[in-house]
Amino acid sequence: MLNVMQKQPAQVSAPGASGDKLETRERPFIVMDDVTMTYGGRSGVVALKHFTLRVGKGEFAAIVGPSGCGKSTFLKLASGLRPPTAGGVIVGEREVAGPLKFVGMAFQNPVLLPWRTCLQNVMLPFEIVEPFKSRRRADKEIHKERAYQLLKTVGLAEAANRYPWQLSGGMQQRAALCRAIVHDPELMLLDEPFSALDAFTREELWDVLQALWTERAFTAVLVTHDLTEAVYLADTVHVLSDRPGRIIHTQHVDFPRPRNIRSRFAPEFVETVFELREKIAEARTETKK
Amino acid sequence: MNFGDRIRDAAGPIGMALLFFVFWELVCRMFQIPNFILPPPSETILEIFKEWKVIWPNAQQTLFTTMVGFVTSVVFGLLLGALVGISPELYRCLSPLLIAFNSVPKVAVVPVLVLWYGIGTVPAVLTAFLISFFPIVVNVAAGIAMMEPELADVLRSLGASRLEILIKVGIPRSLPYFFASLKVAITLAFVGSVISETVAANDGIGYLMMAASSSFRIPLVFAALLVVAIMGVAMYAIAAWTEKWFTHWAVRDEGANATYATGG
Repeated sequence: MLNVMQKQPAQVSAPGASGDKLETRERPFIVMDDVTMTYGGRSGVVALKHFTLRVGKGEFAAIVGPSGCGKSTFLKLASGLRPPTAGGVIVGEREVAGPLKFVGMAFQNPVLLPWRTCLQNVMLPFEIVEPFKSRRRADKEIHKERAYQLLKTVGLAEAANRYPWQLSGGMQQRAALCRAIVHDPELMLLDEPFSALDAFTREELWDVLQALWTERAFTAVLVTHDLTEAVYLADTVHVLSDRPGRIIHTQHVDFPRPRNIRSRFAPEFVETVFELREKIAEARTETKK
Repeated sequence: MNFGDRIRDAAGPIGMALLFFVFWELVCRMFQIPNFILPPPSETILEIFKEWKVIWPNAQQTLFTTMVGFVTSVVFGLLLGALVGISPELYRCLSPLLIAFNSVPKVAVVPVLVLWYGIGTVPAVLTAFLISFFPIVVNVAAGIAMMEPELADVLRSLGASRLEILIKVGIPRSLPYFFASLKVAITLAFVGSVISETVAANDGIGYLMMAASSSFRIPLVFAALLVVAIMGVAMYAIAAWTEKWFTHWAVRDEGANATYATGG
């Protein structure tokens, strides 16, 4: 059941490794080769160094690591919001040059627009992303229905016409997830979206996210510092070192889907999390030397 | 909110105002302060009715100059505030100049304005404009500039242009700040036009006060002051009501109470 890969990062990044060895679902969707990212000029902070990563199309990848290790920087690069200092970023077989338009993003802070209702917030991408944008008058009812159906699948049907401040943190985060995927992006980038929620709400939202991912088959990258969350949701968990960040360990998680609360407490699940935890501890002492 | 709640809400502020007038009245009577030093409120209110024919046209004039000045500063304040809010660089370059202009006492500017435009309406309008302009600019700029970086990321990753981000997020976001600044600006505009009228005008409440005090009609001075105060409160109430109407979503937002007040 377990397929624990214990490779050196150099092997993971080796050309040709993406196909057979890494067992990605199809061809890689995100390709980062030896990327370096420095903030604030030459003497500035090095957030990522020799960072190499492959994420297959339709794969659910998770990146875990200590805080301040460059996890968020990775998302900025993958979404094209920032160009790398050195190295290349390829997403969807194209070199990234500027913000990508087929990306949905969700953050720790739900950042909904407080003057819009839940439904209007979810419809925001329709007003910006083509081809929805130019058809937004003609298709207004269709868009509305689509956003509403999505809210319904995450259990927010009754909150559709409420304002964000009338919703709990968990409900706001559900709405933020809906906004991130309502326009069917090919890539979903999640920056610790559940870390500000209580444990029960978090577990609920894992299942919400898992269901959405199963249904819509987008490529997802989840950045988190919660190992259980990473193992529960992802196909592949990448462990990042301390700053400057690079991948120091990659582990496949092959538990059958849909995973549920039972699988989360199964011995082999706990074992996987524990092994991952060990790897991080090992890696951290190594870096310190 | 039903009618009973409204009355309960209004009782506190009205009661406090009444208490103030009672206190004023008592002080005047207890210490037997002569009318030409501090007339009691009863005398002042009586004077408003007695001299209504004199006060009303002057009040109209002041209201007119104030509103013209105020509306002008809203238009220009919004424009400049939006520009400065979009571009931090422009804000950095402009802010010393803005602060310098705002620091100049407006009383000192009035003689210059009179020199340019003559005695009367135009200097009063311009003074009202100059004094109420700054808080609007600063608040609008702050409102636009204070966007959460994640929100900007969400929009940019959807492919939104800078203009789209401004329209969808920047401007709505800055509305509570803008309306909060209106409440400050409208009262300041009154200060501006009255100052200008006291220095150089042939009508308006400010002029009336100068004329009355030079002939020792102190009750009339206080009557005029009271009228200005009432007009100020009325305009403030209108601004506050507009604010509530447009930004009902922000009633729980601390941002709505952030104002940048300046005096003159």
